[in-house]
Amino acid sequence: MTAPQTVPGSRRRVVVSGLLLGAGAMGAVDEIVFHQLLHWHHFYDRASGAAGLVSDGLLHAATWSATVAGLALLADVRRRQAFSAGTWWGAMLLGAGGFQTWDGVVDHKVLRVHQVRYGVDLTGYDLLWTGGGVLLALVGALLLWRGRTRPAP
Amino acid sequence: MIALAAGAAAVLYLVAVTVDRRPWPVARTACWLLGWGCLAGALTGPLAASHMDLHAHMAGHLLLGMVAPLALALARPVTLLLRVLPVGAVRRVSRVLRTGPVHVLTDPFVATGLNVAGTWLLYRTGLLMAAAHSPGLHLLVSVHVLLTGWLATAAVLALEPLPHRRGVVARAVALAAGMAAHDVLAKSLYAAPPTGFSGAAAGAQLMYNGGTVVHLAVAALLWRQWYVSRGAVRAATVPA
Repeated sequence: MTAPQTVPGSRRRVVVSGLLLGAGAMGAVDEIVFHQLLHWHHFYDRASGAAGLVSDGLLHAATWSATVAGLALLADVRRRQAFSAGTWWGAMLLGAGGFQTWDGVVDHKVLRVHQVRYGVDLTGYDLLWTGGGVLLALVGALLLWRGRTRPAP
Repeated sequence: MIALAAGAAAVLYLVAVTVDRRPWPVARTACWLLGWGCLAGALTGPLAASHMDLHAHMAGHLLLGMVAPLALALARPVTLLLRVLPVGAVRRVSRVLRTGPVHVLTDPFVATGLNVAGTWLLYRTGLLMAAAHSPGLHLLVSVHVLLTGWLATAAVLALEPLPHRRGVVARAVALAAGMAAHDVLAKSLYAAPPTGFSGAAAGAQLMYNGGTVVHLAVAALLWRQWYVSRGAVRAATVPA
């Protein structure tokens, strides 16, 4: 296996790419699974009000923009042969988990802009949603930490 | 009149390409023609005829305010103009491009803000209804939609030789901010449709989804441009 080139800032670029793609992938999963497949979420919920409209629009634009930017950064680190799978997956999971936790805590509980599902008891859904987010973020952080402490060749 | 203006713009560009003996990418010429074709498609024919249907209106709006501006920006008319004008005129044009107002207007955040503000004014005030009943106002609004969309797209892509250019991250953020404002407006049209129009739900969803597609196309072009320029920088600095 060829050692990654020590281009300054390339580890940072791998991390940023993973974080952006992780958050973007989570946004896409939310739209595809919960909007299109399960129909738990809708284009517009009468219940959600102005804050919900603004937060939905912001998240949609931010996650898709992050996806495009993350792909470009990934292509660049691959080209420089500075890609490190452990670091990238760590950052990706941290980004996905961080986004999911943010969505679960801030959007669902603090701002209450929308909920995981309507017309049912939410406790289990919320625990799964936010707990899953925290778990993903922790696994990601662990992977990143291992990548950092690995001695340089 | 619209068809005439579009035709004149197309002919002038073609003349400039022919007069200039250096090669000019065919794709840029195709983009220019496509852009004016979109304008004609939006403002004449069946889309223009159904004034009170928001679904048809939004199809026209997407062509006029998003697809045409992207195509026209990709055609790089300022670059072409600077190539074919005589030296003295080129100097005068470059001097204008370096002035303060041009600097401010072509800033991606200012240009995107103008575009967003114009769109919000159109859809969240009585302007939409007023324009539907007055052909003169409708033409004025349409020209404004085209020009602000063009300005915003050109400022984000920064393909023309302008002296002040922001970095890729700033331009990507300006684009994302404009996209967010567009998404929120589309959802608000779904939640609270403008009175007197039919097809609001379908129109709002078309605005949302179509806007996403074109915004992502612009983002992809912007980051591709970054990727290519990074490759050129590295080829020049890193020994093989």
